[in-house]
Amino acid sequence: MGLDSEALVNVQGDAYTVDQALSNLQQTEDAGLRYYAAWWLGRFRVAQPEAIAALMVALEDGTDRSSDGGYPLRRNAARALGKLGDRQVVPALIQCLTCSDYYVREAATQALESLGDPRAIAPLRSLLAGGVEAALPVPGNPHLVQPYNAILEALGSLGATEAVGEITPFLSHGVAQVQNAAARALYQLTADPAYCQALVGRLQEPNLQLRRSAMMDLGAIGYLPAAPAIAATLAENSLKLIALQQILEHHLQEQGFPGQGLGPDSHQVLALMDNLL
Amino acid sequence: MSETARAEVTALIQGVETADSKAALVQAVARLAALRDPEAIPTLIRVLGYNNPGAAVAAVEGLVALGEAAVDGLLTELDGYNYGARAWAIRALALIGDPRALPVLLEATTVDFALSVRRAAARGAGAIKWDRLPADQVTGAQAEVLQVLLQAIQDPEWVVRYAAVVSLQTLAGATRVADLPVIVTALERVLLEDRTLAVQARAQWALDQLRSPIST
Repeated sequence: MGLDSEALVNVQGDAYTVDQALSNLQQTEDAGLRYYAAWWLGRFRVAQPEAIAALMVALEDGTDRSSDGGYPLRRNAARALGKLGDRQVVPALIQCLTCSDYYVREAATQALESLGDPRAIAPLRSLLAGGVEAALPVPGNPHLVQPYNAILEALGSLGATEAVGEITPFLSHGVAQVQNAAARALYQLTADPAYCQALVGRLQEPNLQLRRSAMMDLGAIGYLPAAPAIAATLAENSLKLIALQQILEHHLQEQGFPGQGLGPDSHQVLALMDNLL
Repeated sequence: MSETARAEVTALIQGVETADSKAALVQAVARLAALRDPEAIPTLIRVLGYNNPGAAVAAVEGLVALGEAAVDGLLTELDGYNYGARAWAIRALALIGDPRALPVLLEATTVDFALSVRRAAARGAGAIKWDRLPADQVTGAQAEVLQVLLQAIQDPEWVVRYAAVVSLQTLAGATRVADLPVIVTALERVLLEDRTLAVQARAQWALDQLRSPIST
């Protein structure tokens, strides 16, 4: 199956093509058209050289500014580049880690995580400078000084074992989601299941947001023993199914499915998923 | 119903209506659902629209335990719901398995815009309790279900395709022998061609179970 038919039209309902997306991104008169085109190129994985080049230009755009001084187009360009799998953009994304816009730094961090390039490790570690003491909220904003969740998750996915010492203190950060991100990364870096037990414990939290985020973390790291607890937590079945799908697929890949058949652990997760439909 | 039983239902319905926190609502709904009293049905149905997953799970459980008695109410309320509530209501209908819900389930499987609704409907379409349908209508209804499920294994969302695979397996256990090769061929195609590993794995499990007479 190809692209979703409804997403192949633009906001006005006209058919939208790669050429149109490229020319919309390259023009500078209409910021809204550029913003949409950057998103669209990522959404539909348009990885041809012209798209990469136009998104690289957008990554340095100074014309599209939000009321709080942010760079909306840069954010979308970074997100799109994370989806296109072309590692020649890594140095440009690393540059974005020092952008004054928090959301550009967050988008670039997540893009660097998806691209899986170890060159990102050192610059990401430098964003943890000052440790937990420096990881404070920005007055008047809904976020901390750095996108710590994204940074910790990226260091975990990138296999940055040299960062374990800097990540560990974030287990006791004041924000629960940051603690979760640290636990998730430390499990990926050390394979010590004790970190996952803390996340499994979160599935009993009274706060739905925290249960959801713990569930997504456990799914992202594919922690098989959490499957029954995820199926049982009080949350939407849609999200439980996504987390269980990730755990199942992680396990299937380890087991060599479909070359190899299904084992009892796969049967157990499938049965849990069946009951959530 | 005795006076004390009626007073208890009324009190528990009041408890749901006056719950002052999310956790209190979950508790109140669970208590009301546990009564298994048809008087509770309108309240349990209303809870599905409260955007409180814990309460909705408890309400669905209560409605499913009440079974056929809840079907008319659920079918009547469906239209006015937001998509979250519609998904819970479709899920309740799917678990009850009453054939009166079949037209709604088949339509929702193919045309509903919300993937959680298509998912629950696809599951329900394969879980109809066929013995509650007049014998002369069963074959025709099963043929309709089969066509809808064969369409649903092409859905753009993996979870809808997954649900359709589960339902093809249960339908295989209920349907005419003539349909079996069609179902097996469809499942084999999912195993080979689906782009989501979890859906392929579910098709594999369905085929394993259909081929092993002991586990079906």
